[in-house]
Amino acid sequence: MTQRSRNLLLLAPAGAWFLVMLVIPLTVVLIFSFGERGAAGGYVPAFTLDQYANLPARWAAFKNTLILAPAGTLASLLIAYPLAYYLAVRADPRWKTVLLVLVIVPFWTSILIRSYAWIFLLGGRGIPALLAAIGIEDVRLINTPFAVLIGIVYGYLPLMVFPIFVNLDRLDKRLLEASSDLGASPWRTFLQVTLPMSLPGIATGCLLVFILLMGEFLIPAILGGGKVFFVGNALVDLFLQSRNWAFGSAVAATLVILMLVTVTAYMRLIRRLGAQREDVALM
Amino acid sequence: MRIYAAFVYIFLYLPIGVIALFSFNAGRHASQLQGFSTQWYGKALNNPFVMDALQTSLIVALVSATCASVFGTMAAVALQGIRGPLRTTFDLLIYVAVMIPGIVIGIATLIGLVTLFDQLNPVLAAIWPSGTPPQFSMGYGSLIAAHTLFTMALVIIIIRARLAGMDRALAEASSDLYATPMGTFRQVTLPLIFPAILAGFLLSFTFSFDDFIIAFFVAGSETTLPIYVFSSIRRGVTPEINAIGTLVLAASLILLVTAQVLLRSGRRRG
Repeated sequence: MTQRSRNLLLLAPAGAWFLVMLVIPLTVVLIFSFGERGAAGGYVPAFTLDQYANLPARWAAFKNTLILAPAGTLASLLIAYPLAYYLAVRADPRWKTVLLVLVIVPFWTSILIRSYAWIFLLGGRGIPALLAAIGIEDVRLINTPFAVLIGIVYGYLPLMVFPIFVNLDRLDKRLLEASSDLGASPWRTFLQVTLPMSLPGIATGCLLVFILLMGEFLIPAILGGGKVFFVGNALVDLFLQSRNWAFGSAVAATLVILMLVTVTAYMRLIRRLGAQREDVALM
Repeated sequence: MRIYAAFVYIFLYLPIGVIALFSFNAGRHASQLQGFSTQWYGKALNNPFVMDALQTSLIVALVSATCASVFGTMAAVALQGIRGPLRTTFDLLIYVAVMIPGIVIGIATLIGLVTLFDQLNPVLAAIWPSGTPPQFSMGYGSLIAAHTLFTMALVIIIIRARLAGMDRALAEASSDLYATPMGTFRQVTLPLIFPAILAGFLLSFTFSFDDFIIAFFVAGSETTLPIYVFSSIRRGVTPEINAIGTLVLAASLILLVTAQVLLRSGRRRG
């Protein structure tokens, strides 16, 4: 047996799996999105753009996703950055790895259970009850956009911390010393040296969190209580409750296209910012 | 800085801690602690619905993680020796499998498989020799297949990273010394990438065991543990769910630490 045919044989199961479980299903979604809804739900073959024309019916879900996904990404970044900075630059090197693992580990445990924990804390008998005890009455947290944002930051913080940490950890610390030796204040050193040099880590972290948030279902379902819903929640409703497969497919296809467009635009922007930075460095 | 970091760690671990704490609560009410008790663990473990769901989850996780590790390792090893359009296609497929939201994978698998089964079932019925023919339907098979897709992509990524860090001279030396390709694989490559395979297996198992969104679409009439927990949460917070949640978190933690240790020991030897 030649090496090539052996390699092909080794690739066959994975290839078949990708074909049957990924390529064909995604193609079916695309085909269905041009079809019509059957009388009893499901799908009737057709070629029409009606489903796409009907997208405004789910505008609220798209709007929420397009507001809360970037907002959640930004909130995660703002909370993650100082922690990543602390871990990479300030923390005792002996504890660095342990501290980092402690941040990463929750990401690999059940997001369902971790979101559920916040029902507990944000619900009537949790934080609002504590606030009432010190005189701040009638605070409603659960089932608000704020609760969903907390859930998002809680769920995806590790994914944001890690790339920024890796970036800052590799940063040559002598650059920071050089900057302060040349008389820059700590703030100026941060703004002109550390922050620009950590942009690639920030870009990666934001990209990862944003991509996951665009398809989010669980966090709004658990902490938004039907009031704050994402495209993911609309999809569950369309496929599992109203069984409107044609329209659901159009919503799913639009979501993927929207992701591709925003991610591509974002990568372009980052590349341009990177290029600008190099111009500045050359001057 | 230090205080800030401490706050973030509290933020990360307080909710988990609260669940664990209240799972040992003697009282029925979620709001006040009324002494220590393990009764909720007993209740959870004696609940037939919980045990059924747990069994389904374990079977699906075990089979899909095994398939993902075996096929993923095969593909990763083969991809090392391949260039050109085939390699590009696989790179793209792996990228798509990881990047597409889980919910879209779930939907696509649901309508893709249902459509496929609608075509296959009449054919099967026509060619079935006697009696009632079996029918393809959503259930264990679709759960395992869908989880294997994502975790296989994950395994391929992990093993390729390991292979990339491996000294190619070792495999070349082995073949110069007249080892057959299979012999080289068994005696040189496999021992070197084995920790990565095992780590990939454990991560796949954890992913499958914890996955809700894909399973929600493709489980058919089966119930996995996350699906059970999700539908119970809708009915409110109970100490029983706290106990199940604590057990699930503890199990994932053990698997994760094992995977970490394996990846590390592999790196040190390699």
